[in-house]
Amino acid sequence: MDDEYNEELGKRKAIYVPYSQAVPLKYAIDPDNCLYLTKGRCGTCETVCPSHAINYLDQEKEITLNVGSVVLSTGFKSFDPSKLDYLSFGKHPDIVTAMGFERVLSATGPQGGHLVLPSDKKHKKEPKKIAWLQCVGSRDENRCNNGYCSSVCCMYAVKQSVMAKDHSKVPLDCAVFYMDMRTQGKDFDRYLENAKENGVRFVRSRVHSVYPDRDKGDLVVGYVDELGVMVTEHFDMVVLSTGLEISADSFELATTMGIELDRSNFIKTDSFNPVSTSMPGVYACGVFTGPKDIPQSVMEASAAASAATENLALARHSKTQAITIPKQRDVAGESPRIGVFVCNCGTNIGGIVDVPAVAEYARHLSGVVYVEENLFTCSQDTQDKMVEVIREKKLNRIVIAACTPKTHEDLFRETLIDAGLNKYLVEMANIRNQDSWVHSNAPERATAKAKDLVRMAIAKALHLAPLFESQLPVSPAALVVGGGITGMTAALALSRQGYPVTLVEQNQTLGGNGRLLHKTAKNEAVAVFVRKIISEVEADERVHVLLGSTVQGVEGFVGNFKTTVATGDDTRIVDHGVALLATGAKESRPEAYCYGEHDAVMTLLDLDARFAENAAVVDRAENVVFIQCVGSRNPAHPYCSKVCCTHAIRSAITLKRKNPETGVYVLYRDIRTYGQREFLYREARELGILFFQYDVDNTPVVTPGEDHVTVTFTDHVLGRPLAVDADILCLAARIDAWDNTRLGQAFKVTSDNDGWFLEAHQKLRPVDFATDGVFLCGMAHYPKPVDESISQARAAAARALTVLSRDSINVGGIVAEINRERCGGCGGCVAVCSYNAITIDPEKHVAVVNDALCKGCGACAATCPSEAPSLMGFNNEQLYAQIKSAMTV
Amino acid sequence: MEKNDLTPAEPQGSVMVVGGGVAGMQSALDIANSGFYVYLVEKSPAIGGKMAQLDKTFPTNDCAM
Repeated sequence: MDDEYNEELGKRKAIYVPYSQAVPLKYAIDPDNCLYLTKGRCGTCETVCPSHAINYLDQEKEITLNVGSVVLSTGFKSFDPSKLDYLSFGKHPDIVTAMGFERVLSATGPQGGHLVLPSDKKHKKEPKKIAWLQCVGSRDENRCNNGYCSSVCCMYAVKQSVMAKDHSKVPLDCAVFYMDMRTQGKDFDRYLENAKENGVRFVRSRVHSVYPDRDKGDLVVGYVDELGVMVTEHFDMVVLSTGLEISADSFELATTMGIELDRSNFIKTDSFNPVSTSMPGVYACGVFTGPKDIPQSVMEASAAASAATENLALARHSKTQAITIPKQRDVAGESPRIGVFVCNCGTNIGGIVDVPAVAEYARHLSGVVYVEENLFTCSQDTQDKMVEVIREKKLNRIVIAACTPKTHEDLFRETLIDAGLNKYLVEMANIRNQDSWVHSNAPERATAKAKDLVRMAIAKALHLAPLFESQLPVSPAALVVGGGITGMTAALALSRQGYPVTLVEQNQTLGGNGRLLHKTAKNEAVAVFVRKIISEVEADERVHVLLGSTVQGVEGFVGNFKTTVATGDDTRIVDHGVALLATGAKESRPEAYCYGEHDAVMTLLDLDARFAENAAVVDRAENVVFIQCVGSRNPAHPYCSKVCCTHAIRSAITLKRKNPETGVYVLYRDIRTYGQREFLYREARELGILFFQYDVDNTPVVTPGEDHVTVTFTDHVLGRPLAVDADILCLAARIDAWDNTRLGQAFKVTSDNDGWFLEAHQKLRPVDFATDGVFLCGMAHYPKPVDESISQARAAAARALTVLSRDSINVGGIVAEINRERCGGCGGCVAVCSYNAITIDPEKHVAVVNDALCKGCGACAATCPSEAPSLMGFNNEQLYAQIKSAMTV
Repeated sequence: MEKNDLTPAEPQGSVMVVGGGVAGMQSALDIANSGFYVYLVEKSPAIGGKMAQLDKTFPTNDCAM
């Protein structure tokens, strides 16, 4: 049957593993297609399964659980383009969805990562021209009911076009048909500019038809270009950038639970409670609350973790089970007794490598007393058996020939602990990623290489010694730097979980940018919320606010920081286990368009101030012009400030609603009202607000008049210049990062080229710094609206809680150790250590490693000419043994 | 702040997370690692969700798997 994992571009059986890296890596029966379950025939799997794991009589069971709260994260369904006739989806195999194209590009996909036309896989015909059609099932209320923007399609289309060019052996023509390029995320505009430089064509047009050309066999794309000319163009392949929507199942779940949804069936949230649903105790994250990308989903996921546990704080550790650890056996006096486990990984390894031959080979190597083959060495039953075998055969070193230690070493270490062995007495040989996967076309040589890898691992295992960790207590308190909405949210989130917080703010007032903002995208009054949260912070006994204060210096490491905070002339030392940096950002002062020279010219925040004070000019204005991207998205500042399109349109609507006679003009480059913000853009157009697109090389011209300024720009459709006498000219000024150099140095964290704090991983660790125990949130990370800042603040709090809720942290194990006899105190190791883990003892003039900071990278050991540092678990003796073994067959 | 109108006298120390994609997994891990028992409920035979179908991710071109 069609394989849904490969978007129906490949086939699978009725009993299947969803994909090769699936967790758990177990077969499942597809009850809708199993012949036995549907027609009572076949039953082959039961007869062939050696483990007797097949149970056709298994039934759905209902389980009742008592839980303190619920998090809904059911995600999205990709829009089905077969509903839209004009795209001819399903009528030609070379029209694929974006998800389908991901599978085409993927090495584990139906084409093995080769970019060939699905219509002609046999001859491996490669496409020469591919078109991407944006907004399929998004920003469209006529042909489907999805009026929102799906937020992610612009970026994934740019990525796919770049990847396709990279995969293609022939010069590939890639064209992206779009309405607005919405690359508002961190580093996304740079990626877009690189794609343009790589020759990807971007065509501002919504395609009106796609149909197969019967004679040529390719595809015809019909569109109207920017000058209004009808164009038809031939392509070999068309990718539909399908949007995200809520599945019928998720809709049913929410409605059954009685959770309020918005007009597009996303869970309704407000900007100040972005992960709370309408039902107390039920929280939500990811695309269920609105279309969003992976980092934003991950942030919200952590935010939901913080919100969902806030009211359960008193029950912390009440349901978790303490693990009883068996006593560790002392193996010091024993000669090596090595057990080798060779994994088939289903057919991943066993399908290529002759696993029985590798096992037989290992049996005869020195030190080996036990060898076993497994279908999956990582399965739970194998772990249980391994514990037994280790005890029974008195094994004291274990070699696992399977996959990568990156994903599985921790599992096997746990097993060693259960068997009473020191967890560092295991060595892995990666005969999958480094062998069967990459040499699938040469099975014999792959088997020979597997033998080499196993022999090398055994050679190293002979020299493995137990390593030990020590425990350091965690100081159960937090430091939050920055007293804006973000910092206050984070402080309260931690305090409500029972931890004291020191909140450091350099100004004399709390509130930050929140004091300057008028309304959120959802039209909520920011000032009301800011007043409320400030009073909550001030009333919270566990939050200690230090106004007019700055961080002077930091000592220590995760769990045990000592930070010096200066308040005026006073300094104090704060003990804390974690730190959250929420220092925010600022609206820049424009240097163009007569800003600062004429009273009619102001920024979005200036206009917000006029709204707040009910200024006469707001009611009186006959014409108001907004200019977007002032100082953003240019070579000097190549990033998008993300918030300004929504902010400007919100302000434009406020003006137009106050006085419908006011002429309101928005001059923009791309309107980036991502997600549900798109409805705001629609509302603006319906109210008669006029939008004019301008090019970066043809910017509007502003000439000062007496009580107005004249703004001249080109009407893109008519190609004619227009002039408007504006009583208010509102500039969407770039958002700038603060200079965080000193704070960054103090906490050993870095910023990117634009001055934003740099997270540990853009996708998967969006609120962690690379330095343990330090977290980032809010605009200090990148410009973002209030709801996203609050999510990120909560996310940082959740990540911090994973440290604070521990009694102690383990340090040591695989860390560097200095042989003092050999150390000359030259400082070479200090210079190469990326984690500032090594210092020179000023009295003894030798290097000293801080176990809590050392990440075990080994840079010091590789640098030192005297071999003074050695990396435990990877010392020279062990590595030389491995190398020597590689050389001798 | 998040709505705080549910403060049971004796709260449960466990949380249910519905959906085992990248968001559900992250939420479950953070909840578990801060001292609560988690039930992660997933409809399909494997966790991983939509991200497991992706090839590379923007803007770093990292492998999604």
